[in-house]
Amino acid sequence: MTSQESEPRLDGGLARRPEVIAARAAEEDGAGTTEAVFRIEALTLRYGPFVAIRDVTIDVFKHQITAVIGPSGCGKSTFIRCLNRMNDLIPGTSVEGSVRYHGQDLYAPDVDPIEVRRRIGMVFQKPNPFPKSIYDNVAFGPRVNGMKGGMDERVEDSLRKAALWDEVKDKLRKSAFSLSGGQQQRLCIARCIAVRPDVILMDEPCSALDPLATNRIEELMVELKRDYTIVIVTHNMQQAARVSDRTAFFTAEVGNDGRERTGVLVEFDRTEKIFTAPADRRTEDYITGRFG
Amino acid sequence: MTVTTVPDPTAPSSTDLGVRTIQRSRRFRNGLATVLICTTVVITVVPLLLIFGYVLKRGLEVISLDFFTKPVPIVSRLPGPGMGPAVVGTILITGAAALMAIPLGVMAAIYLSEYGRGRPLTAVLRFLSDVMSGVPSIVMGLFIYTVWVLTFGQSGFAGALALAALMLPIVIRSSESMLRLVPQDLREAAYALGTRRSRTILTVVLPAALPGVVSGCLLAVARAAGETAPLLFCVGAAREFNTDLLHGANTALSVQIFRNAQLPFVGPQQRAWGAALTLIVLVLVLTILARWVSSRFAVR
Repeated sequence: MTSQESEPRLDGGLARRPEVIAARAAEEDGAGTTEAVFRIEALTLRYGPFVAIRDVTIDVFKHQITAVIGPSGCGKSTFIRCLNRMNDLIPGTSVEGSVRYHGQDLYAPDVDPIEVRRRIGMVFQKPNPFPKSIYDNVAFGPRVNGMKGGMDERVEDSLRKAALWDEVKDKLRKSAFSLSGGQQQRLCIARCIAVRPDVILMDEPCSALDPLATNRIEELMVELKRDYTIVIVTHNMQQAARVSDRTAFFTAEVGNDGRERTGVLVEFDRTEKIFTAPADRRTEDYITGRFG
Repeated sequence: MTVTTVPDPTAPSSTDLGVRTIQRSRRFRNGLATVLICTTVVITVVPLLLIFGYVLKRGLEVISLDFFTKPVPIVSRLPGPGMGPAVVGTILITGAAALMAIPLGVMAAIYLSEYGRGRPLTAVLRFLSDVMSGVPSIVMGLFIYTVWVLTFGQSGFAGALALAALMLPIVIRSSESMLRLVPQDLREAAYALGTRRSRTILTVVLPAALPGVVSGCLLAVARAAGETAPLLFCVGAAREFNTDLLHGANTALSVQIFRNAQLPFVGPQQRAWGAALTLIVLVLVLTILARWVSSRFAVR
């Protein structure tokens, strides 16, 4: 893990990387705010001997939606799960490179992953509400984190922000499973917002939803952007094009034995740039539907 | 080129949706399977109903209020009521065993399913608990007799120890499999909110698995309540009420059934039937109660 002393050297080396140059240039184009929430540099993740993603360098900017796209098995989810240390839960994972969150190394030995996850929330592919009431689902995070008082307001506020309040305000004591799939996913977003995170990671949040529900969630993401920084993994390119400010395109490199697939970052840039004038041939092939 | 259509007798014509369109052999196999399944259900259920019905009939002949409040007659060949000490004994001994085995077993199951995944200790523990569940109850009784009763004498607690040892593997195994059924998604959802592992287990995993865990524990309690062999020499067969679990011989319904049914007189045999009915009803009531309680917690 990078210590404070080695930082200038590493950064000096990275500044010459094409992706970094592209990202920082994009920033100067005036694509919005400039403060980087995450600076991910040369991130490599292994599951035992197997390299899941290699050498990923991305900056995630405040109050923007950063989309991660790419074909199946290219390590998109693995990557996003590095940002709140969810991969710690899988035995045998090891991380190289650095993930800096507001300048602090997330993988430094004194960092508590619990605290990391409280600040960096996550919404999963499949809606996964707890088998509890709607109210208790939203109140779960605040309770666990010792936030007391004003719980009703906090639950209402979170549900409002997740654009679910009007649909559930009369049945807060009902089971979360009584909701539809799209509502459940918005409940999961409300649950995530309730702990007032800084960043929301979304791992293919719409893949289990119908187009209408997907539309709701996309609108919601754009709304939430004002208060939060969002990173979304999606295999739906149109979705990335519709909602995101920046897009990272990942692809899978197949190893010599033909079985091991390693995710690598191909290109990272402003979304318009990726979809209109990609710099890399592989990106172009993917977004034009020639592969993937 | 002309296309000749050869009429295929098995192919259904597009307009005929009647039963006849399905092949005869398929219909036959379907019918056969249905008959076989229904037969097995009858074979399984009929003996159960017969047993329960007969116990009910014979048991009701002797059951009265006195049956539950009077001690067992000193002259055992005399007819008349008295199984009170056994009812109290069964409740106390089984209850004490459950108090020991259920928390321990559930905690062991939590270790096996939540903390010990992939560790060598887990495999060893699981193997040992499987071996333990195969130990005959009389061996377990002898074990407790050797290590406890020979030093401290017969008592309800000694019986509870033996029963707890019998219940433990059942509780561990059933609870572990129920905890494993809780989707990983739920754990991840809790972790992603900044929840620690212990809190996740207590507030998410355990409640989600609760109905299954309760069922497993009930199975263990029901088995323990009917267990006779270890109680015979650990607990004894007192005739008087003994509410002190730690001191003095006690008794239980199962032991009384065993003792009384062996005697060649009508009186004690009737009491044995009564005790059998009491035991069945006791377990039934417990099952219904526990299911009701766990359904209050479960959210569908």
